[in-house]
Amino acid sequence: MAQVSSIEDENAPNLLSTSKSVLLRISRFNPESDDSSKFMEFTVSYEKWTTVLEAILDVKKHHDHSVAVRYSCRQATCGSCGMLINGKPRLACFTKISELDSNVVTVEPMNNFPVIRDLAVKFERLFETHQKIKPYLINENSELESDEREFLQSPKEVEQYIQFANCIKCGLCNSACPTMSTDSSFVGPQALAQAYRYVADSRDKGKDTRLDIIDESHGIWRCHFAGSCSQVCPKGVDPAMGIQFLRGYLLGFRS
Amino acid sequence: MTKDDNKGGIKGMVNPNRFGIERIAYLLMRLTGLGLLGYFIAHVYETSNILRGRMGWDDFLAMTQTTEGHIFLVLVIGMCVFHTGNGIRIMMGHGGVGVGKPARPDYPYDPASQNYRHKIGIYSSIVLAAVAMMYGMAVMFGE
Ligand code: HEM
Ligand code: SF4
Ligand code: FES
Repeated sequence: MAQVSSIEDENAPNLLSTSKSVLLRISRFNPESDDSSKFMEFTVSYEKWTTVLEAILDVKKHHDHSVAVRYSCRQATCGSCGMLINGKPRLACFTKISELDSNVVTVEPMNNFPVIRDLAVKFERLFETHQKIKPYLINENSELESDEREFLQSPKEVEQYIQFANCIKCGLCNSACPTMSTDSSFVGPQALAQAYRYVADSRDKGKDTRLDIIDESHGIWRCHFAGSCSQVCPKGVDPAMGIQFLRGYLLGFRS
Repeated sequence: MTKDDNKGGIKGMVNPNRFGIERIAYLLMRLTGLGLLGYFIAHVYETSNILRGRMGWDDFLAMTQTTEGHIFLVLVIGMCVFHTGNGIRIMMGHGGVGVGKPARPDYPYDPASQNYRHKIGIYSSIVLAAVAMMYGMAVMFGE
């Protein structure tokens, strides 16, 4: 018999649904009017596949539209939705409620970033440090004349940097870093990993320039290899690896 | 400033609950480093008692023969062994040794730098420190 769905059918309880509910605690803070942050609590139902971002948007739609949250792609690509979820920096769109294994989901703005409002934080400093390490190929021949060939790379050469090129500038690594939490001038794991991304690129000639930029007192030497950046990175960039390789150059372990 | 920046602060730096054994090793390295620095300064002061002659020296060293003195020295032994063991691991890591090699990342993106070699380095530093402390206790508290 053919399955014909009607409005009534859609409203009937869905036997496939595993819907459960969870307490979502959202940190609310407006630096312009509030002295401190406070939590608002909502009970939201979720499925096995519901992400934390979807739950927050559900709250916005049905309970309180004023919750400030930044997002765009909803697929771990734009890097907008980083926040502390149950105390750990994660992408809200890339974290399923079911994987948190908890009846309470607490969302707060990422540490080590100034709060704009509620869950949205300022990225100015992240972009500034990112730009500081010159995130582009430095090569005087990079302007191609029409009859020249582009720079060819072997798959092996690509493999040297491609994982670091995965960075979406979400800032989770800077939020997890123990040095960032006490040192406002530290250049940070995101920018350092990007310095390595270009240093490791066979087309790039800017190694010495970049090593000079990060070789300062609030530069690479403030990294203690705690590795938390790599543990929270949602794209497998592994900033800690890149940073130790860079330091290897500076210490003479690598050439 | 701290509030505006929403910095984790000392609390965020110290909190060892969130990021695995590597972050705990980071914390222990700091604590043992500072502990050893404290011990080093105290040690210079202690040994300077030689200037007070044999009596002064024996007098001061008697402090280490008490139960509290023994416990203090056991802690110093533990700090020394962990700091040295983990220090060697960190120095290699800082040079880019044993931190994995770049590759195309694949879900679930386990970071290659947080690998078993470093975990073994951390756990064995802790175990070695515990064994050294037990040996120290056996010598000092034993008959
Ligand atoms: C063989 C002996 C030692 C080795 C291999 C060693 C190794 C290291 C390394 C690699 C670090 C840097 C850790 C990081 O980047 O986070 C460090 C930090 C430190 N060490 Fe040692 N160390 C040794 C002995 C000592 C002694 C005897 C003292 C005290 C007098 C000491 C005091 C410190 C202090 C205060 C720190 C800074 C801790 C921090 O800021 O995290 N170390 N050590
Ligand atoms: S390195 Fe990873 S965690 Fe850090 S900004 Fe890039 S994608 Fe985000
Ligand atoms: S919304 Fe784009 S990364 Fe989460």
